[in-house]
Amino acid sequence: MFYREAGDFSTTYPEDSQTFPIKFDRYRYYVVLAFAFLVVPFIINDYWANAILLPFLIYAIAAIGLNILTGYCGQVSLGTGGFMAVGAYSCYKFMTAFPDLSMFINVLLAGVVTAAVGVLFGLPSLRIKGFYLAVATLAAQFFLVWLFNRVPWFYNYSASGQINAPERTVLGVAVTGPNTSAWAAYLFCLVFCVASAIVARNLTRGSIGRKWMAIRDMDIAAEIIGVNPMKAKLTAFAISSFFVGISGALFFALYLGAVEVGEAFSIQKSFLILFMVIIGGLGSIFGSFAGAAFLVVLPVAMKIVGADMLGMPTDIVAHLQLVVVGALIIVFLILEPHGIAQLWRLAKEKLRLWPFPH
Amino acid sequence: MSDQFLFGIEVVINGLMAGVLYALVALGFVLIYKASGIFNYAQGVMALFAAMTLVGVMNGQVPFAHLINSILGTDVHHFGWHIPAVIAILMTMAVMILLAWAVQQLVMRHLVNQEPIILFMATIGLAYFLEGFSDLMWGSEIKKLDVGLPQGGSFWIEEMTAGLGGEGFYGFFIDRLDIVATVIAILLVVALMLFSNYTKEGRALRAVADDHQAALSVGVSLNFIWVLVWSVAGFVALVAGIMWGTKSGVQFSLSLIALKALPVLMLGGFTSIPGAIVGGLIIGVGEKLFEFLLGPALGGATENWFAYVLALVFLVFRPQGLFGDKIIERV
Repeated sequence: MFYREAGDFSTTYPEDSQTFPIKFDRYRYYVVLAFAFLVVPFIINDYWANAILLPFLIYAIAAIGLNILTGYCGQVSLGTGGFMAVGAYSCYKFMTAFPDLSMFINVLLAGVVTAAVGVLFGLPSLRIKGFYLAVATLAAQFFLVWLFNRVPWFYNYSASGQINAPERTVLGVAVTGPNTSAWAAYLFCLVFCVASAIVARNLTRGSIGRKWMAIRDMDIAAEIIGVNPMKAKLTAFAISSFFVGISGALFFALYLGAVEVGEAFSIQKSFLILFMVIIGGLGSIFGSFAGAAFLVVLPVAMKIVGADMLGMPTDIVAHLQLVVVGALIIVFLILEPHGIAQLWRLAKEKLRLWPFPH
Repeated sequence: MSDQFLFGIEVVINGLMAGVLYALVALGFVLIYKASGIFNYAQGVMALFAAMTLVGVMNGQVPFAHLINSILGTDVHHFGWHIPAVIAILMTMAVMILLAWAVQQLVMRHLVNQEPIILFMATIGLAYFLEGFSDLMWGSEIKKLDVGLPQGGSFWIEEMTAGLGGEGFYGFFIDRLDIVATVIAILLVVALMLFSNYTKEGRALRAVADDHQAALSVGVSLNFIWVLVWSVAGFVALVAGIMWGTKSGVQFSLSLIALKALPVLMLGGFTSIPGAIVGGLIIGVGEKLFEFLLGPALGGATENWFAYVLALVFLVFRPQGLFGDKIIERV
């Protein structure tokens, strides 16, 4: 009743191959975008921005990045935290080296640097496959974190070993530093997030995305039908790391403001992003958003229910949270290995026929 | 012999001992991977859980005391008894078997025929669950584990070797616990070899590892074998937990040794028990020597990443590890 494609005719090829060919989907997408850009900035406050919206947008970018590598190209990576650190530290270096540069360009440059590092650590993927590769990417994680901890040049020789985001502006509005208003940081992240999603979506349904998927499904067969595995894998590493780097830069500059690399970008972060991708759905852009939203909201919700409403001690809530997250991951994998994105697809199928399924 | 050279030898010996401990954890991985193709990330947390349970049982702690107290408003913490180490270890083993059964019944059984990455993710979920669960059950503070293993430097070795060097050399410093760990590791490997070669269950286990369907068709019960494998892995985790727990206290960082075991696995190959041992020794010696020779020049703490980078470089030349089965791919 609510979700119909009847009477929705495409008369040209571009119309038929657009991202949302069904009118209902398209309008829903426009409404969501309009709400996010035109309504939320006026009603946002600091609590909502810092507890939910900023981490959601930033993790969604990282999840899109990892989803390109793992979900579309089939290369499991446990080094996401390390690559986020590269984004954060290169952004910091650009911010302090060129104080007049727009923050927008800083973040993009951080993404480019991370892409280069990603290609470097992606090189072994040409020889190593499967779990061996997953463990090999741990080398990136541990080595990069160690590097940023031990080489003082990266944190500008500051005494604490931390990096702090100085105030930088976009079009005259502060987006980093202590004087940032919630709506500015939110809008800045939102622009990057939406742009990432659009770019990723169009890459994955184009020829390059088909090559990635061919490599994922069976790399030898893909090679035989003429997909260059080196090119496909390395582009996947580069583009994935680009997004992850952007998210790392935003995570440091806008969300945390000050970062100690061993804490903010530890192996736990890599796993967190991987969980988002798995729970959201491998090989789905929507899934990256769903997974990020789920894992950002869950701890906040558990804290509100456990500590504030039931009055349990916070350490018990923290332990319970681990138990619940672990159990949820297992339950999700058992019930729906393709994640929330698949549930969404099924729901749409049901809605299409509802209320007369026969 | 110069003192520097003797220090080098001491570093190598201590590296070998550390390697044995890595190998102990890696063994648990290999066992499960061989028999079920599951890459069990939770192995390290299983070691933590086993060690915590052991301490809890020995000290007569009330399980979930903190949770019970906060809900019911009571104040229970200890039963007030102390159980001898041997009995406590047996009881912990029973708990680990129960855990193996629960994992098989509640998780793995429902994930038969899924892709390996899904199974891997499930074990990460299991790791999170177990971590939170063991903290809830026994509390998250650092505990001391003492099951009566000898500890501290061995004076005998120190005195025997003191004469080798010059004035500044006082003999090799070797922890007695490391020696015990080595002996136990060797015994464990021999026992596992005997078990898998000469018992009916061991043969069934190898059959399942070879080919699930063929094993099923000659009447091997997959369910039973997988519970068995998880129990054996639980046993290995218990041994590793006792060793590491005695060495550095029972605490969260214990579960991170699983991460250290991964490069060991890559080096040795996921499917080879001797590989796990040799890989462990190479990593142990390699990282200690690297830290000793180049650590000061690079800013120290190279142990954090050396093992991974070594394994990475190594894999580029030999993608299946030292002793792993050759990877054959067909379209």
